[in-house]
Amino acid sequence: MTAKKLGLKQRYAHMTRGLDWETSYQPMDKVFPYDTFEGIKIKDWSAWEDPFRLTMDAYWKFQAEKERKLYAVIDAFAQNNGQTGVTDGRYANVLKLFLTGISPEEYQAHRGFAYAGRHLRGVGPRVAAQMQSLDELRHIQTQIHTISHYNKYFDGLAEFPHMHDRVWYLSVPKSFFDDARSAGPFEFMIAIGFAFEYVLTNLLFVPFMSGAAYNGDMSTVTFGFSAQSDESRHMTLGIEVIKFLLEQHPDNLPIVQKWVDKWFWRGHRVLGLVAMMMDYMLPKPVMSWKEAWEIYFTEAGGALFQDLARYGLRPPKYADIATAEAEHISHQNWAIFYQYTHAAAFHTWLPDAKHMDWLSEKYPNTFDKYYRPRFEMWGQMAKEGKRFYNMALPQLCQTCQIPMGYTEPGDPTTICFRKTQFRGETYHFCSDGCKDIFEAEPEKFAQAWLPVHQIFQGNCGGATIPDVLNYYRMNVGADNMDYVGSPDEKLWNEWQADKIRTAV
Amino acid sequence: MTVQIKTLDMEPKRQTFGHVARRLGGDKPATRYQEATLDVQATANFHYKPQWEPEYWVYDTRKTAVVMADWYKPLDPRQYYYATYNIARANMNQAVERAFAFAEERGLIEKISAEARKQIEFGLLPLRHLHWGANMNMTEITQRGYGTAVTAPCIFSAGDHLGMAQVVSRIGLLLDGQTGVSLDMAKEVWMDDPAWQGVRKLIEDTFVERDFFQLFVAQTLAINGVVFDLIYKFADAGWKDAQIAVAMLTEFMSDWRADESKWSDSVIKTVAAESAENKALVSQWASDWIARAVEAARPLSAALLGDNGAQAEAAREATIKRARALGLTL
Ligand SMILES: [Fe+2]
Ligand SMILES: [Fe+2]
Ligand SMILES: [Zn+2]
Repeated sequence: MTAKKLGLKQRYAHMTRGLDWETSYQPMDKVFPYDTFEGIKIKDWSAWEDPFRLTMDAYWKFQAEKERKLYAVIDAFAQNNGQTGVTDGRYANVLKLFLTGISPEEYQAHRGFAYAGRHLRGVGPRVAAQMQSLDELRHIQTQIHTISHYNKYFDGLAEFPHMHDRVWYLSVPKSFFDDARSAGPFEFMIAIGFAFEYVLTNLLFVPFMSGAAYNGDMSTVTFGFSAQSDESRHMTLGIEVIKFLLEQHPDNLPIVQKWVDKWFWRGHRVLGLVAMMMDYMLPKPVMSWKEAWEIYFTEAGGALFQDLARYGLRPPKYADIATAEAEHISHQNWAIFYQYTHAAAFHTWLPDAKHMDWLSEKYPNTFDKYYRPRFEMWGQMAKEGKRFYNMALPQLCQTCQIPMGYTEPGDPTTICFRKTQFRGETYHFCSDGCKDIFEAEPEKFAQAWLPVHQIFQGNCGGATIPDVLNYYRMNVGADNMDYVGSPDEKLWNEWQADKIRTAV
Repeated sequence: MTVQIKTLDMEPKRQTFGHVARRLGGDKPATRYQEATLDVQATANFHYKPQWEPEYWVYDTRKTAVVMADWYKPLDPRQYYYATYNIARANMNQAVERAFAFAEERGLIEKISAEARKQIEFGLLPLRHLHWGANMNMTEITQRGYGTAVTAPCIFSAGDHLGMAQVVSRIGLLLDGQTGVSLDMAKEVWMDDPAWQGVRKLIEDTFVERDFFQLFVAQTLAINGVVFDLIYKFADAGWKDAQIAVAMLTEFMSDWRADESKWSDSVIKTVAAESAENKALVSQWASDWIARAVEAARPLSAALLGDNGAQAEAAREATIKRARALGLTL
């Protein structure tokens, strides 16, 4: 035998792509029915560079080790009642937003990567997508286990899957992932693999995990550290996918560009919830949303798109608008939730004087001018026993599904409304970005399950707010309304009093 | 000062999540498997029909002809969630590492006869492609199936098949001195050798099966039971003087088969027991796919064992018996 011993790369190729074959008893187009309709052209799947070379035995070994360590921390946290040691009872609301809004999307990612892991014709990306499918299952399951202990003491967590399918603001992340899941396998890879996991992950995952670290939530932060090596694999897959598509055929560029524009804007809208969490919900803030945006999008994203420019790809459309919105979005979102606190599954509160000063410092151009006066007015009203609630159902953006509360670019005093006609009906949007997305795929976005429309059509348990809250399985008076006066607050105060008593 | 926290009244407000409690029939402590599995998949208010299959929602019970009042009835008796699955496989894999280290140290493979070597190249190595096909099927059920109880173990199974394809590949590399020559040869056998074409056609036919539960039955009952068992269980005589070496190096596969069928059998049993209609459908699928698998296995059995297909017949009988024990009528 004259054959040479295999190098690592060839050995891995035998372990993965060598397994695949061109079918002949069934036509390849029937075996892979979904990877042509999007118009992406692949000349040579074998040009795919494996972004990481992990065989299953190594995967099991690494992941098992990480799980042993993670569950040891989760167990210790529960045993020591770590929930009593976080910075403030308000912190639990961050976890409520996470478990109801983000964890179910980990699950969607799990199923979506199984779809890509079966239906991409190239075996290299298929294997990588399958591993990501496993990882994403890990994420939802470990998040449930991490937050399970909080659920024993705090309200608003117990019905997370039920709420995710129904509650008005949760349709924002849900429709985002439903959009990606109902797309073809290449769009899914660009939407989730590239836009979400590569461009935006530092603006989603990192704020929650650093928030946990800053606020004494050792259990969640351990989950975060433990998922880091998974995420770095996901990032390398995302970047490899976009480069591969752009290298394969020049006709792919306009398609990929359209997806990058779309998913950037959609991601930006979902991240508005994270912005609000960072600026308003963390008892001990990590950094402002605006700072995070500058570091992770303007700087890191800027370098990324500079690198991708050699393929002819330009930065996402409306990136400038999104950057300008970083001055406003968290304030506007928190104001929406404050007004609709009766219909939210987490508690709200007004920032106290110290926190408002922090916001003034972080947002010198906007907070004092536009937002402080409103919060102070609401504070005054609450003091007079006239806490402000908005009982009217808001109009939602047809694309992102957020209530129309955002302001015109360059004019923070005028609400931004856009509309378009499709099949004789008028559709409304919060922004040019959302309107463009609709107009590119009107058949798809006209289908959206818009929570407010659905309430009006009688599909959400009835016509009154109590009917709808009942449909949400909202435990009224516990899950919703202000933190002050909530059962969460009462319990938290008891723990604190007890700590002081026993420490003396 | 003593550990003050212990003096706190830490009576929890609730033991578990609402959806879990409703399934347990009350607010009781739940297991990690239950919390990680029950009702985790979305079920309502989907936004957009898939562009690739607009006749269904992404999660849609109509993607199979069997009907379950509750797709969280077919639970996993192993109670795997991600952590316990990976820990179980990492443990199983330690035996693989020991076996390969032992085989290398003792030159186990160098010592086997040319005849045995040829048999392994012909009869065992092409199986890595069948594992890869099985991986595709289990991944398909993961994406296409309904309910986390059924779909989560399917991605575990997909990972298992990839892992086993890689174990088989390592056996080839051990045979060919880490050059990959044997794997290239095995692929030619898989693609062109008449004895394997029935098996290749069989798995390619499953690739286009749209009913996710029919696919589940075809893969886990028929293909695992007839074809994989033929090679891993009924073909010992075929390995000649390499019987012990092959048994050692494929120990993972027998451990896996016992572990997997504990789950997949119980899923089939539960789904068939749901109604007379389900039972009839699942029985029909089982009998159809077992027959096709046996037809595919016969020439392989004959070529590998010179037995005129007798061991394929033995695998058939064992599979029929297994299917009947699950309540199917065949
Ligand atoms: Fe994830
Ligand atoms: Fe990820
Ligand atoms: Zn919008």
